[in-house]
Amino acid sequence: MARTSTPAPLPAPAPAAPGPALPRLGVRGALRWVWRQLTSMRVALMLLMLLAVVSVPGSMLPQRPQNPAAVARYLRDNPDLGTWLDRLGFFDVYSSVWFSAVYLLLFTSLVGCILPRIAVHARGWRARPPRAPRRFERFEVHDALVTDADPEAALEAARASLAAGRRFRVDTDTEPATARTPAARTVSAERGYLRETGNIVFHLALLGLLVAVATGQMLHYRGQALVVEGRGFANTPAAYDTFEAGTAVNPDSLVPFTLELDSFTARFDTAGKPTFFEAAVTLTEPGAAPQDHTIRVNRPLDAGGAHVYLAGNGYAPQVTVRDSAGQVAFSGAVPFLPQDASYRSRGVLKVPDVSTGDQIGLVGFLLPTAVINGDSAYSAYPQPGNPALVLQVWRGNLGLDSGVPQNVYQLDTAGMTQVAGADGAPATVVVPLGETVDLPDGLGSLSFDKLPRYVALDLRYDPSLGWVLGFAVTALIGLALSLFVPRRRVWVRVTEEGGRTLVRTAALARSEDVGLVGEVEQVLDAVRELGPADRVQGSPAAALDEPNGAASARLSGAVTPGGAAGRDGDTEDEDERR
Amino acid sequence: MNVAELSTIVVWGATTAYALAFGAFAFDLARRAEVSTARRVRVAEPALVGAATGSVADPTGGASSTTRPAEDGAAVTDGGPGADTDEPRGDAEDAGNAEATDADDAPAEYRPGRALGIAMSVTTLGLVLELAGIVLRGIAAGRVPWANMYEFTVVGTFVAVLTFRLLTLRRDVRFLGAFVLGLSVVALGLGLTAFYVPAGAVEPALQSYWLVIHVTIAVIATGMFTVGVSASGLQLLKESRESGSPRLSHPRFGMLDQLPSVRALEGLAFRINAIGFVLWTFTVMAGAVWAEHAWSRFWGWDPKEVWSFIVWVVYAAYLHARTTRGWSPKAIAWFSIAGFAVLIFNFTGVNLLLHGKHSYSGLDTGS
Ligand code: HEM
Repeated sequence: MARTSTPAPLPAPAPAAPGPALPRLGVRGALRWVWRQLTSMRVALMLLMLLAVVSVPGSMLPQRPQNPAAVARYLRDNPDLGTWLDRLGFFDVYSSVWFSAVYLLLFTSLVGCILPRIAVHARGWRARPPRAPRRFERFEVHDALVTDADPEAALEAARASLAAGRRFRVDTDTEPATARTPAARTVSAERGYLRETGNIVFHLALLGLLVAVATGQMLHYRGQALVVEGRGFANTPAAYDTFEAGTAVNPDSLVPFTLELDSFTARFDTAGKPTFFEAAVTLTEPGAAPQDHTIRVNRPLDAGGAHVYLAGNGYAPQVTVRDSAGQVAFSGAVPFLPQDASYRSRGVLKVPDVSTGDQIGLVGFLLPTAVINGDSAYSAYPQPGNPALVLQVWRGNLGLDSGVPQNVYQLDTAGMTQVAGADGAPATVVVPLGETVDLPDGLGSLSFDKLPRYVALDLRYDPSLGWVLGFAVTALIGLALSLFVPRRRVWVRVTEEGGRTLVRTAALARSEDVGLVGEVEQVLDAVRELGPADRVQGSPAAALDEPNGAASARLSGAVTPGGAAGRDGDTEDEDERR
Repeated sequence: MNVAELSTIVVWGATTAYALAFGAFAFDLARRAEVSTARRVRVAEPALVGAATGSVADPTGGASSTTRPAEDGAAVTDGGPGADTDEPRGDAEDAGNAEATDADDAPAEYRPGRALGIAMSVTTLGLVLELAGIVLRGIAAGRVPWANMYEFTVVGTFVAVLTFRLLTLRRDVRFLGAFVLGLSVVALGLGLTAFYVPAGAVEPALQSYWLVIHVTIAVIATGMFTVGVSASGLQLLKESRESGSPRLSHPRFGMLDQLPSVRALEGLAFRINAIGFVLWTFTVMAGAVWAEHAWSRFWGWDPKEVWSFIVWVVYAAYLHARTTRGWSPKAIAWFSIAGFAVLIFNFTGVNLLLHGKHSYSGLDTGS
């Protein structure tokens, strides 16, 4: 403790090199000095504040891991500043060198801080309570009484009341008479070792948390798949739309279960706000029979040691496109991405496999409850009340053969021209569900056959979760102990004066402690039970009787933040031992 | 009128009650100010005042009892109305007020007056109303009533005032009333006007018992920190006055002399903030567990997560500052205030300015 909370002095002469410090500091001395600085509370405090500060930009600027599109947009809008920010890691703050440096230094400091404290605390664990100090009046909380009870009995009553229920660790002692003081018997008691234990546990648990999270980073994998009703996927990296794994993961080692989406249920209130989403799935784990499950937003499914989450949903209109020759050129369900709360969804149909003529691209919207008035078209409700596709038509070369992977939600119009209608403006085809509409320019026809839904599933495997939770809970318990377990010392001195027995007592707490007065009073009450007792003139009993406020106010003054009294529990023993 | 509207009306009622209580608490503080001023004058010129009033029994007793709790006034019943006549010039207004309410009860020493009694009763009334408003809102929405910013404000102020009210049962901290209720009235006013959304069901992402656990504890922690920062604020004001700040030395701030000592206020702030901190730690952890369920990762540096983390780190720094030798109570109080400022930003700024997954304000639609 002493080391940790000493405000690190200026270059302290290393004990190994006494004498004029600076000239002989040397490399080892300098390193030592740096280490002392780093493990000082003052630097720990600075690093904590610094950690708060360096966390801020990540909440103000778009971050690549969370939202790469927003980062790209930012870079486009602010090319100069953006490039610099990017170079300095501002778009991935929490993996940046400077952010990592701060928390790694902080944790280094923590280790340097906690190790010596563990050693001190381990010794303190076996230590006896410090002997009674000479002058009880020095303490804010003290009291006394005189009684006719026998001194030994009074001492024993005081001792027993402190030891009862093993609340205190208690010692008794004898003081011989001196020129100024009579012979005395004393009780020393101390409680609250758990406070420091809790504190150490808390700091170690934080360290454990960091290690567990880092391990999880290496061992986790995550995949995202979009699944249309009636279809499924297998747990292999290739089956996912995006797949990402930690450095220690072998992509071939995934548990090969399959998952099929049987149906998806969505409910909305009258205002169109979603109230309920549920995916009914069939899970087939290797070597087991298929099983029915449901996945909801807050209720992921356990599959093959991983969790499968319901991350999103939408509509995937099922369409059939016939080309100008009447041949089926495309047939299938195409996921459209919802753009707003009414599920106005945007999507692209690419039809490369025409038997003759140009390839066809269709871009536009699905409106679940379409309201179409002349030029304006919108969706009035997220449920499929009156579904319609509103599409614009392109013809030419889709560019799918160029070898560059394409975004399925975007049409590459470089090799295409937009088909115009009779009035010369871009042609728009509106296809209600269940109908077939001819495409302009004699390109063929489009049938809107069905409207299945799809779900976006997130799959995550992270074996460290249990550890992370365990360390977090341990940290919380340690923290509560370290803040709420009172650490108290109580002393009692019994002397014989003028034929009566004088019992004096004092108490000291580690930090603000409203209950301290109670400890002292409890001891004296135990003595009072032995027989009639009187207050001692000038004892602060009156003050202690004051209703709560004042007494505790004085108490908290006793142990001042950063003040000597009561801090550094283990070092101050020396001066208390006379 | 449906249940949801009734709830809103009742919350308006609670806000009004708090505003009245705030007024009464403020009035009480002003009275405390006068008492101190009167005493100061007496201590400074004992002969003169003694001659003027002829009834100064124990001037020293009065002077040394600055930290006595309010209930403890019983010992001093003397001090004639004349004591008021020695108010320094320029303070006549306050003196007049005091005389109007307590004409023949000259405050030789501060005694809790009618204003304080009224303040406490109205506070209790406000609490009852607010609780009713919360319950009605829950009935109207068919779920726990703390799922958007408006509801969070209502429940948060309820907890802050309740914390204060419960504290007064154990210790005389009624001097905090004006601050806690003042903050609550401002928050409720904003809640009812700027953050208000009609009661309705919550989206699927919020349908979880974690809403109850995570948000309840967050609200309670916020209430705790509110009371804690009130104590820190008073501590700073008192300290400035004691160190002779020109502005705060004005007799108008005499009530500061009636408060517990700077160290005692610091200790009080610490005890409350410590509870707040443990609860906040739990809030962040419960949030992470919930995020693991709802968003498929326990931590993703979403703006809300970032700022909750910052709140946590700043309060951790506060606790470290307290245990580091050489930090003055004043510096420590600033940490407490910084922590609270970040907490408030986390609640307002992050919801309204930064866009993340935590769009539970209910104010922006879609996403
Ligand atoms: C990740 C960084 C850290 C965090 C989040 C953290 C958090 C905390 C918290 C919340 C407490 C309050 C418990 C209490 O007051 O008893 C505490 C106490 C303490 N911390 Fe840390 N800490 C960190 C790093 C450090 C470091 C680097 C040091 C040493 C240089 C340190 C030394 C202490 C000490 C000595 C106490 C005990 C105070 C007491 O006993 O009252 N901590 N810490």
